[in-house]
Amino acid sequence: MGRCEGQQQGVVAVSYNSTVGSPIQCTDLRKTYDGKVEAVRGLSLQIEAGQCFGLLGPNGAGKTTTIEILEGLLAPTSGEVRIFGYTWQENGRQLREWIGISLQETRLSEKLTVRETIELFASFYAEPRAAAEVLEELELTEKADAWVGKLSGGQKQRLAVATALVGNPRILFLDEPTTGLDPQSRRQLWEIVRAFQKKGGTVLLTTHYMDEAERLCDRLAIVDHGQIIAEGTPANLIDRLGGHHVVEFQVDRDAKGNGHDLELWRALPGVESVRDEEDMVCLNVHEPHLTIPALLAAIQQDGRRLEHLSTRQASLEDVFVRLTGRHLREE
Amino acid sequence: MATETTTPQTPGRPESRRPKSAATTPRHNGRWAGYRHLLLVRIIELKREPEVVFWVFIFPLLLAAGLGIAFRNKPADSASAVVIDGQGAQRTLAVLQSFGSSEKGASGQSSAGHSTSGHSSSGQSTIRAAILDRDAALKAFHFGKFDLAVEANPDGSYTYYYDPARPESVLSRAEIDAALQAGAGRKDAVATSSQSSSEPGSRYIDFLIPGLLGMNLMNSGMWGVGFALVEMRQRKLLRRFVATPMRRSDFLLALISSRLVLMVIEVGLLLGFGVLVFHMRVEGAILSVVLLASVGAVAFGGVGLLTACRAQKIESVSGLINLVMMPMWIFSGVFFSYQRFPAIAQPFIKMLPLTALNDALRATILEGASLGSQSGRLLVLAVWGGVSFILALRWFRWT
Repeated sequence: MGRCEGQQQGVVAVSYNSTVGSPIQCTDLRKTYDGKVEAVRGLSLQIEAGQCFGLLGPNGAGKTTTIEILEGLLAPTSGEVRIFGYTWQENGRQLREWIGISLQETRLSEKLTVRETIELFASFYAEPRAAAEVLEELELTEKADAWVGKLSGGQKQRLAVATALVGNPRILFLDEPTTGLDPQSRRQLWEIVRAFQKKGGTVLLTTHYMDEAERLCDRLAIVDHGQIIAEGTPANLIDRLGGHHVVEFQVDRDAKGNGHDLELWRALPGVESVRDEEDMVCLNVHEPHLTIPALLAAIQQDGRRLEHLSTRQASLEDVFVRLTGRHLREE
Repeated sequence: MATETTTPQTPGRPESRRPKSAATTPRHNGRWAGYRHLLLVRIIELKREPEVVFWVFIFPLLLAAGLGIAFRNKPADSASAVVIDGQGAQRTLAVLQSFGSSEKGASGQSSAGHSTSGHSSSGQSTIRAAILDRDAALKAFHFGKFDLAVEANPDGSYTYYYDPARPESVLSRAEIDAALQAGAGRKDAVATSSQSSSEPGSRYIDFLIPGLLGMNLMNSGMWGVGFALVEMRQRKLLRRFVATPMRRSDFLLALISSRLVLMVIEVGLLLGFGVLVFHMRVEGAILSVVLLASVGAVAFGGVGLLTACRAQKIESVSGLINLVMMPMWIFSGVFFSYQRFPAIAQPFIKMLPLTALNDALRATILEGASLGSQSGRLLVLAVWGGVSFILALRWFRWT
């Protein structure tokens, strides 16, 4: 059923699978719906064990399609997926034992209790974890006998993650796990993900929240129009576009305008890079509390006059805007 | 390394990456753990769904009670006539009423010897009659308050207004004609006698209960499997399930098995109700009835599965289910015998699964037929169920 093409490529791939065994690896994934809508256009990824990897991008960027192909729920139009070096076509059932999934919008049966739901999912796996242990870990013990329909949004989302964790997976796939949750529930979920990671698990999640990606992910791929437009650690991505903080200032004109000045600013503590942007000087800095006093002192020492000074924090949003000219949350 | 793609049994590399908590979980699930939990959960869910309890268990009983009472074996519907006011109306009314009262005195068996009219298809019938003016009388007739309108003509003859499409109207015309002819002095040419029969086994309720049982098995099979599936598909729960190592066949098997559990309760309730309330007799072996009902439940589970194999929305599957069931409500002899349909349609009607189930249930419950004698009908059910199941599996959409 459309999977054969992928399999053909898989056979070819055997000869060069030097990286076989990575929890998640895919090469040149493409997914075309109905022969016209290109949801994923040549996407390659490699995720190492123990990593929390984030797919960050606006709605409709192809994140969900990508994650569902990796989860073996969708067949790619072309390209290859390997989970621990195995393919879905050949070892699907075995792979299912090793992964845990939380889909974007599953509505679990409302008239089952939390415990019954967990027990049901546990029964699908050959060697599941004890339900009570998972409930305890996700702080759902108190709600164990409550009907799913009576849970709050945050509790439901934790239950969804619990159904993924009860199979004792090695990889956890989370599709927009915190969308629509209140800040406290989001932090709770982050803790759960970190705890899983601490035990050696690998996580792949999609999100369109900057802060989530920055705090939770070891590595990120920014996805837009079905392609990865940048990849790296969050800090690395931000650094690549110029440090964590941006200090912009302007001094009186006649004192400025030669290379010596830029060298002076670059020598200030905490400065990563300097850019001369028309009238402004932009310092990309890591520690503005060190840089700014030194900057003011240097200006005074030089007998110059400060005409403008502003600082702001660089974010993935900046990265995204710089890469695409659009904001992430725009539809 | 190159062979690693074809060694699913050795987790190897991934095993070493297993989270450490694995050590604390000695639990090991057997082959059927998933099936058992799916079945259990399905039954728990049904139990917690008051609508299901009502529609599957209470509604058929209400239907049986209602229809059983409406069609209980009261004396055959008395003939009724409205007399159009005018000359001779009072005299006509008197003849009709005296016909009724003279009949009342007679016993169940009547003979020409001591009956004034001597002509009656049912020895206990009476005639309900009244006088109304012309407009009101015709209106009362048209709206069914009376089955016939009679007008006494000045020359001593009578005119009947009746509706040949209404059996009661036809019956009333015969009855009233007999009464008026007798009143005018007609003598019967031949002496007749009648034997009434309203033994359990031949009453309408006896006919009805096996039909309701069949219909109920169809309804709950189609809705219980078809609707439940699409609902789960719409909630993306099916997608979530197939993202686990759950065996897909276990899931479908559990869904169908849950029908069998419900079936036992349905059969017990409906037959028990018939026996206790309407003194119905179950002639055949209970085990045969249960086996028949099982085959029926599973067959309709299969049809339900096929109906729901691709639908994405509960709205669309509701329409489909009704579309599939409607011909059987009409043709399969639930409320009345399908012999009423033209002979040319009979072979098709007999190929419908509900017809086969109803016929087999009636033969077993009412006539005490053996399972072996019902093998043809069982085959019809098995083919419907089997073919549906196979097609459903081929076309099934999990996501």
